[in-house]
Amino acid sequence: MTAIGGTTRRGVLRAGAAGIAASTLAAPAVLGQAAGGRLALGFWDHWVGEPANAAMRAIVNEWAQKNRVEVTLDFITSVGNKNLLTIAAEAQARQGHDILSFPTWQVHDQQRLLEPMDDVMGRLIQKYGPVNQASEYLAKINGTWRAVPQTAGTQYKGSAARIDLMKQHAGIDVQAMYPAENRLGPGAENWNWDTFLVAAQKCKEAGFPFALPAGTFTDATDWIGAMFRSFGADLVDARGNITVRNNDKVRQALDYAKRLFQHIPSEMFAADDATNNRALIAGRTALIFNPPSAWAVARRDAPEVARNTWHFPSPAGPVSHPVPHLPYFYGLWSFSRNKSAAKALIEHLTQLEQVQKLVDASVGYDIPPFASMFDDIDTWRKVEPPLGTVYNYPIRPHHKAVPNIAFAPAPAEIAVQMYNQGIQAKMIARMVQNNEPMERVLAWAEQEIEGYKRG
Amino acid sequence: MTGGNVIAAPGVPAAAAPSRPGRLRRIARRRSTLAFLMTLPLLAVIGGLVAYPFFYAIYLSMLNKRMTRFVGLDNFAFLLTRETFQFVVWQSVIFAVSAVIAKALIGFILAHVLHALPAKGQRKWRGMLLVPWVIPPAISTLAWWWLFDPTYSAINWMLMGIGAPPIAWLGEPGWARFAVILVNVWYGAPFFMIMYLAALKSVPDQLYEAAAIDGATGWQKLRYVTVPMMKNIIAITVLFSLIVTFANFDIVRILTNGGPQDRTHIFGTYAFQVGIQSGDIPLGAAVSLFMFPILAVFAVFVLRGVTRRSKEMAG
Repeated sequence: MTAIGGTTRRGVLRAGAAGIAASTLAAPAVLGQAAGGRLALGFWDHWVGEPANAAMRAIVNEWAQKNRVEVTLDFITSVGNKNLLTIAAEAQARQGHDILSFPTWQVHDQQRLLEPMDDVMGRLIQKYGPVNQASEYLAKINGTWRAVPQTAGTQYKGSAARIDLMKQHAGIDVQAMYPAENRLGPGAENWNWDTFLVAAQKCKEAGFPFALPAGTFTDATDWIGAMFRSFGADLVDARGNITVRNNDKVRQALDYAKRLFQHIPSEMFAADDATNNRALIAGRTALIFNPPSAWAVARRDAPEVARNTWHFPSPAGPVSHPVPHLPYFYGLWSFSRNKSAAKALIEHLTQLEQVQKLVDASVGYDIPPFASMFDDIDTWRKVEPPLGTVYNYPIRPHHKAVPNIAFAPAPAEIAVQMYNQGIQAKMIARMVQNNEPMERVLAWAEQEIEGYKRG
Repeated sequence: MTGGNVIAAPGVPAAAAPSRPGRLRRIARRRSTLAFLMTLPLLAVIGGLVAYPFFYAIYLSMLNKRMTRFVGLDNFAFLLTRETFQFVVWQSVIFAVSAVIAKALIGFILAHVLHALPAKGQRKWRGMLLVPWVIPPAISTLAWWWLFDPTYSAINWMLMGIGAPPIAWLGEPGWARFAVILVNVWYGAPFFMIMYLAALKSVPDQLYEAAAIDGATGWQKLRYVTVPMMKNIIAITVLFSLIVTFANFDIVRILTNGGPQDRTHIFGTYAFQVGIQSGDIPLGAAVSLFMFPILAVFAVFVLRGVTRRSKEMAG
């Protein structure tokens, strides 16, 4: 063995390997001391990127130091459904993180492996009031909270419209209709799907068609789900009965959709969740249904577009005024070895002080689970340009609207399949693209849903 | 190493060594033992990453949705009754068969063109034509996705330049099917090309010379010399490509996500949507395993043909 200055070749190699291993393994942030035990967290990797993740990291770090808990924090992307794969893998292996961010339907899916959170939710509800019905539907199962609605990643998908184009071509002053105050302006009472149809037609004729996706990605499923709901057009009722045929409301919704899609570009049937964003940022559309993420990119890349964008609820229907909502949840695995610390952290993250930091870091994108917090958080009032653009992004009491998750109130095990198969969008596509008669479309949908009911 | 696979320690007669350690040493020094030990890591990898997931997938496919009850082949029977799944089977067959035929034809033609080129320029062309195959498909598919974008793409820009209306490449079911097959062909044709080129180079020149003396035309040389000599490599390449194309995921996932109206779903993307996104892992496993028996039978016949031809050629 060759020795160099008293150091052997193997010794050098060994030290090098140890160094590489140490630097690789040290990649996740490890925070705090171990007196309070260890916690492994897998939170959603925020669209907004590092500022939002940094805010979360700082909050967790501070809590870990204070409570002497050694915390490993991973940010798991939803790109390529990596977060879903992680959840599925950990559920199969019965090990992994202690707390994970669970997207919309995953709480129901993994309910048997999730720790009841009634104690945490009880205290939070007592302090901040009730959470919205959509979150309750997704996380409270058979009377037990299986997860806690989280702020980071939770969003609404109301209207994000061009102030100038809507005024010029559709004659609608969206800023006046939904001012950055707790009141409705003139015209808000007429913001319904009929008005929307006329506006869609006029904007298309002017060369700025509404970019409304109708594929199987969530942006499509969410707005179409809210539209159906606003007509009272449930495909499955709360008891699991299929209510597709002999349902006038479903027929009305489909008939309306067919008329609306005469004014929507045909490529929207293949749109993904970025297509509508691109259309807004490129200045080619007057309206999309989206959180302020498209506006945030426009603020950087197309400032003129951003200055002319206003956020407000989606239109009301003849039966109700639902607005697309997509919540995330903190879920604690039942196989976690440090449940008390995990619950304490989740409760800490849901306090107003922490929520304010998260909303601020996401420039107003994140929505807290408790509507009572909206007026205490001034981010939505301050964000610009234009000042107040996201004030009406969270659904406030004066909007008289309700957060909606597509396919509720159907039993979740059926609803999740309808949601992921985008069955309402496919019904519309069959009518618009294939010119199939309504009866055939309804029969097809009924047969599909019948299959989702298997246990 | 000695011919008897046993090496006696220097200075110690083999017979004088204690019997038990001696036998162990002999076993340890056998070529077969050494070979087994050296392949053990590979066997562990194959066992852990291929065999175990395969049998686990079979096990999963026989559970109910909540994975609490054994249901035998119910998931497979259920799938057969679904209109959407019937579409998926049909589309997977269209996708795989048409893509493999196109790839084989293009690869065959390109291989002949390359083979006819002078040796000096051949390497340059070979390298360039291999580019689609060496780019990770997820990245190249993203580029295609941009090209197919109805509003911002170069293809539609050119169409509009010549006065043609723009096409919703990924929005119309027919065009969307064409698009996913086109990208698969673009990605996979170089593989066929390089395999066929290697096969062409191994055909002895004497056979062509003999055929020329017999007065064979170019077409006859291709039919009676080239193709029979390439039959094995064609069969193996088609088999390999068919399996890989049936199992494709990334191209469809990135370009259309199975839409519009499920008209581009293939087994992989549908299994993912059903199993991971909709939380029905047993049904997703059943979807992904559906083509296994058909492909296995096809593989057995193709490989039997290859073996038979190899024996004929050796004989």
